[in-house]
Parts: sequence; structure tokens; C-alpha cells
Amino acid sequence: MEWIALANPSRFLALAERLLPGLAAATALAFAAGLYAAFFVAPEDYQQGATVRIMFIHVPGAWLGMLGWAIMSVAALGTLVWRHPLADVALKTAAPIGAAFTFVCLVTGALWGRPMWGTYWVWDARLTSVLVLFLMYLGLIALWRAIEDPARAARAAAVLTLVGAVNLPIIKFSVDWWSTLHQPASVFRVGGSTIHPAILAPLLVMALAFTLLFATLYVSAMRNEILRRRVRTLRLLQVHAAQGA
Amino acid sequence: MTALAALLLRDTRLAVRVGGGALMGVLFFLLVVTMVPFGVGPDLKLLGRIGPAILWIGALLATLLGLDRLLAADHDDGSLDLILMGHAPLELAVAAKALAHWLTTGLPLVIAAPLFGIFLNIDGSAIGIVALTLLVGTPALTFIGLIGAALAVALQRGGLLLPVLVLPLTVPVLIFGIAAGDAAILNAAPFGAPFLILIALTLTSVVIGPVAAAAVLRHGLD
Repeated sequence: MEWIALANPSRFLALAERLLPGLAAATALAFAAGLYAAFFVAPEDYQQGATVRIMFIHVPGAWLGMLGWAIMSVAALGTLVWRHPLADVALKTAAPIGAAFTFVCLVTGALWGRPMWGTYWVWDARLTSVLVLFLMYLGLIALWRAIEDPARAARAAAVLTLVGAVNLPIIKFSVDWWSTLHQPASVFRVGGSTIHPAILAPLLVMALAFTLLFATLYVSAMRNEILRRRVRTLRLLQVHAAQGA
Repeated sequence: MTALAALLLRDTRLAVRVGGGALMGVLFFLLVVTMVPFGVGPDLKLLGRIGPAILWIGALLATLLGLDRLLAADHDDGSLDLILMGHAPLELAVAAKALAHWLTTGLPLVIAAPLFGIFLNIDGSAIGIVALTLLVGTPALTFIGLIGAALAVALQRGGLLLPVLVLPLTVPVLIFGIAAGDAAILNAAPFGAPFLILIALTLTSVVIGPVAAAAVLRHGLD
């Protein structure tokens, strides 16, 4: 089967039915392995103690939050260039999932900040740019909810998604610049090459688990959205038939 | 070209005549500046320190509030459809409209800013620099807002949706505008770099804004 055939919603539904059990099982396995490694294998940080384990949820959340917008940008191109309904569905369903992962990142970051920095929130560059990303997700969801006709909503949301994709790196850059200007040398650093392999390995397993979770949720959300649209169409047809009779 | 000039002239005329509400933004700006001391207290030293930020936030809010007039009136009376079907490229047509909008709502804010700076105890030379950053930065706000105005028209939804969509996109403009303005009151802060980046942001949004707004109008109004 050619990949383009997947653009047919019925084919996609059939494939989703076949994929979902495997994806869900793989997600559960990866989470079991990742959480075990995170809680029992990974050593405690010599400064942060057990709170370093928050990172195993926090960092993958941030990655998937950003991946969500990247996926939406690709889907937005599909909506604007080919005007394909499945691209609309892919565009719409990625937003709440991406927002949820970004939210997980923000909340775990705040919970981690309390013992480490003594405060739930600092206006650090990373926190601030993730917050702006979250706000843009919420704006996009608000846009989806403002319009009844799904096709029109999709085209408007697609343009906004692409504008966001252009702007997010600029926002990230400016917030970095702003933060280093206001509070140099207090920026807390995790990641980069300074991370120890004993912590890096569980982190990567958790990242895999989060990615699989994202894929599972995404495929099932797309399936639900396709079914929801079919129900909507059937209802409209029913009303039309009732009025005609 | 003459069509675009005519559009620019028409929008400017409409805005300054009765019912145009061009100076409403300045009045709102003055009110924001007046409300801030009630919030933070009448301490002149503190006001002088945060003055550039207050002027920028006030200008941002005043720009946002005027945005729904940018395309909505033309949509209501049908002239937007004429612009859509006209020979002039839609991108340039909406850019001309946004320019006219800035001339009648953004520029008055910039002109009023020095006076309001005195209220906020910003000293002489600093007032000039803050007004200069506003002059360079407010076009970016209008042209980014143009996208939101197009969305509001295409979706026939006004109200809070527009600011919710537009505000996150203005974060970089605000950061560099206030950073360049701060350079006037804090000797340590650099002026050149943020000011040049602010110019770059304005130029970028002058390109992105009309292209995205035209895409919204083409795809949204059918």
C-alpha cells in the first residue's frame, strides 16, 4: 500500500485499528521500563537528591510539547496546499495533546523549582518560552472552538500555526536574550553534554515512552475526530432528510 | 500602484473623519498611563524606572484595541470583497490598509508618548529615545495585529479572541523595544543591539503580516 493511500480516512481508520493495540502495549512496556529505571536504577544527584527524578518526566514533556507544534506545522501545509480533510484532522487533534505535554512540563518544572530554587516560578528563559508556547497552544485551541464549520476553522488555524512556527524560534531567541540581560549567571542548567550516562539512559527510555504515548494518543484522537465528523455529517443529512419530507 | 495609493488615502481619510476614532487610541493610552500610578503608587523614582515599560505596554494595549477596526468596517460594507477581487495583489492591499491604520492610530501614540513620558518622570533625553523605539516598534505591532484582524474578519468573531491570538506573537517586539528604551535610563544597558533587532523585527513583520493576513482572507472568506 502506498503511503498516500493513507490520506483516505477509511484506510486511515483501518490502519489505526490495527496499530493502536500495538502502540498502547509498547507505550505501557516503555513506561514500565523507564519508570523502573528512573526510580530504582538512576542514582540520586549529589546536590539535588531524589528531586532529580522529576527530570525524567519534565524533559520529555518539553520535547513532546515542541514536537506537537512541529507536527501541526506539517499538517498545516497539508491543509493549505492540498486542502485535505485528513490534514485538518491531524492539525486539530495535535493541539490539545501538545498543550497537555507542555502543561506537564510547566507543572513538573514548578514542582521541581520549589525545592531547588525555593520558588515555584522564576522568569528564566526556558520557563518563559515554554509558557509562551503553552499560551499559543491555548490560543489555537480557542480559535478551533470559536468556529463551527470545521473546514474554515482548519484553514484559519493552519495560517496561525505556520505564523507560530516562524515566530516560535524568534520568541525563544528574544526570551533567551531578555533573560541573560536581566539575570545573568543564575540560569540553572540541566542537559547538554554535562549529563551523566547513568541518568541519560533512563531519560532516553522515558523520552521513548513519552513519544509512544504521544503517538498512541494522537492516532486515537485522529480516529475519534474522523468518527466525530462522520457523526456530524450523518446528523446534518438526517436533519435535511427530515426537512425535505 | 495608484490603486494602493488611493486605498491608503481613503483609509486615512475615513479614520480621521467623524466616526473614524483615530484619536481614541491616544485617549486610551493616556488612561493606561494614568491608571498605572494608582496601581504601583505615586513614587516618582519608581515611575521613572519603569516608565519606558509603561509606555510600551500602554502603546501595545492601545494598538490591540484598535485592531478590530482595521478590516471589520470594510468587511461589513462589502468593500473588502472589492479589494479581494481587485487587480492589486491582496498582500499589498492589506499592507496599504495596515500602513494607513498605523498612520492614524500608531503614529499618534508615538507623538503623544513624549508628553506622557513627562507624567512618568522620564527625563528629557530618555523621552526622546523611548519615543524613537516606539516609532520603530509600533509598526511591528500593527502588522502582526493585521493577522489577528484578518482572522477576526474571516471567522466573524471579535472580542477577546483577537488579543489572545496576537499577544504572544508580540513578545519579541516588547522585549527589544523595552530593552532599547531601558538603555536610555540605565547607563549599563546596551542600546545599539536591541534597537537594531527591533528594526529587524519590524521589517520581518511587515513581510509576514500581510502575507499571512492575505492567506487568511483568501482561504477564510468563501
